[in-house]
Amino acid sequence: MSFNMTDPDQITTSNESAQRGKAVIEIKDLYKSFGDNHVLNGFNMTLLEGENLVVMGKSGSGKSVMIKCLVGLVKPDSGTVKVLGQEINALDQETLDELRSDIGFLFQGSALYDSMTVRENLEFPMRRHKEKLGVVADTEPLVREALENVGLAHTMDLMPVELSGGMKRRVALARTLILKPKVILYDEPTSGLDPITSKEIIELMRSIQKKYGTSSLIITHDVDCARVISERMILLVDGINYAEGTYSQLSQSTDPKVDAFFKK
Amino acid sequence: MGNTATSFKGVKQFFTEIGDLSYFASRFFKEVLKPPFEFKELLRQCYQMGNRSLMLVTVTGFIIGLVLTLQSRPTLIQFGAVSWMPNMVGISIVREIGPVITALICAGRIASGIGAELGSMRVTEQIDAMEVSGTNPFKYLVITRIMATTLMLPILVIYGDLVALYGSALVENLKGDVSFQLYFNTVFDALSFSDLVPATIKSFFFGFSIGLVGCYKGYYSKKGTAGVGVAANTAVVMASLLLFVVDFIAVFISDIFYEL
Repeated sequence: MSFNMTDPDQITTSNESAQRGKAVIEIKDLYKSFGDNHVLNGFNMTLLEGENLVVMGKSGSGKSVMIKCLVGLVKPDSGTVKVLGQEINALDQETLDELRSDIGFLFQGSALYDSMTVRENLEFPMRRHKEKLGVVADTEPLVREALENVGLAHTMDLMPVELSGGMKRRVALARTLILKPKVILYDEPTSGLDPITSKEIIELMRSIQKKYGTSSLIITHDVDCARVISERMILLVDGINYAEGTYSQLSQSTDPKVDAFFKK
Repeated sequence: MGNTATSFKGVKQFFTEIGDLSYFASRFFKEVLKPPFEFKELLRQCYQMGNRSLMLVTVTGFIIGLVLTLQSRPTLIQFGAVSWMPNMVGISIVREIGPVITALICAGRIASGIGAELGSMRVTEQIDAMEVSGTNPFKYLVITRIMATTLMLPILVIYGDLVALYGSALVENLKGDVSFQLYFNTVFDALSFSDLVPATIKSFFFGFSIGLVGCYKGYYSKKGTAGVGVAANTAVVMASLLLFVVDFIAVFISDIFYEL
């Protein structure tokens, strides 16, 4: 059983979404295998402008592979991946780098550069995109603004090793925001965090979306995170978008594969 | 049957590794002259690598010079050739012992350091984060490190040679009553251009090999945190082996020039 996008009874968000505007991410028939391990088997997805879309799946279901295909970190075997109207796999390196400045990526483990201070971590993405930001020499105001957004302006000269897990995630979010992306991709934003810090991060994600009007694609297996932040959800099972709908629609499903996600 | 299959697998893995390393090296040559150039990072790496290895090279060089002189002294005395000590020690240190020992020390210190650092960056997705931010991680991390080892190793070798000669001079001064000035004058008289140039050139190749193997092992590190340890460990082993191969080729080529 699947909550199909074309089923008007199941999906209320598709009509709402249509009113939102154009698609910022479109994935069609995405296939990816690693040897005999077929991770994605024809995955389809559309993220609309200003939308918060959650993709849920078990560990190893291919969520991270899918999200990495969106920024060209993983090349798919077949299928099309369009981000902001551009086919990722057809772009040359220069154009891909330009496009990447419009895509923020929050990595699962924060991925802060260990050898750099928080300030240098935030300055790093600006090296290649100074034209976009209009920065000539002084990057301090931008760094400060990004850190203030996540409530960590005082950590500017600390090293990542001096930060807690939650602080690292916030700094990583600030680094993602510094290029003012149009789309933010969150790879397991609350994994490895305690429930209170997870809530703080979710709140932060919501406030950022409200402030900057970004579109967000959130990859998670945290049901609480999905409940709070999602406007629409996709369940990734066996490499396909098995079910699709709002949180309340999916959580009431009697399909065993869907129900398994919401059972406590 | 099982042993044959294991051996075949081992041989296949060996040649795959050589092929991958060659491809990695070719990528280095393809991208090294393409802008943007990461001069700031290159300088930082040069400083770190020089600084990281200086103490180790100093201690090792000094002890090598000291031990070589102490060990050779009784034999040379027996043959009445102790006055040849500065010539013998000078030539052996400058031509072979200095470059090889310094390179091996650096292979242990630098190649493992690079392997572990890049390996840990790979497993914690820092390399992916760099790529997503629009910076070519190969240029920023790999090219700067290989360039730094290639440029710094000859400097460390020259420094190590001088320290080793000082160690040797100290023994001669204490045991043979030879002044430091006389010792160094004799050493430099014995050395010729053809001793210094091949040794310096081969030091550049040693540096390149250390950087290349360290970066290759770290950049393609797999299997999580356990892979970081493996990357550091195999980087040292592979770099040390490669140093001996490079040394053999360098000696072979310089020998051809001597004969001419």
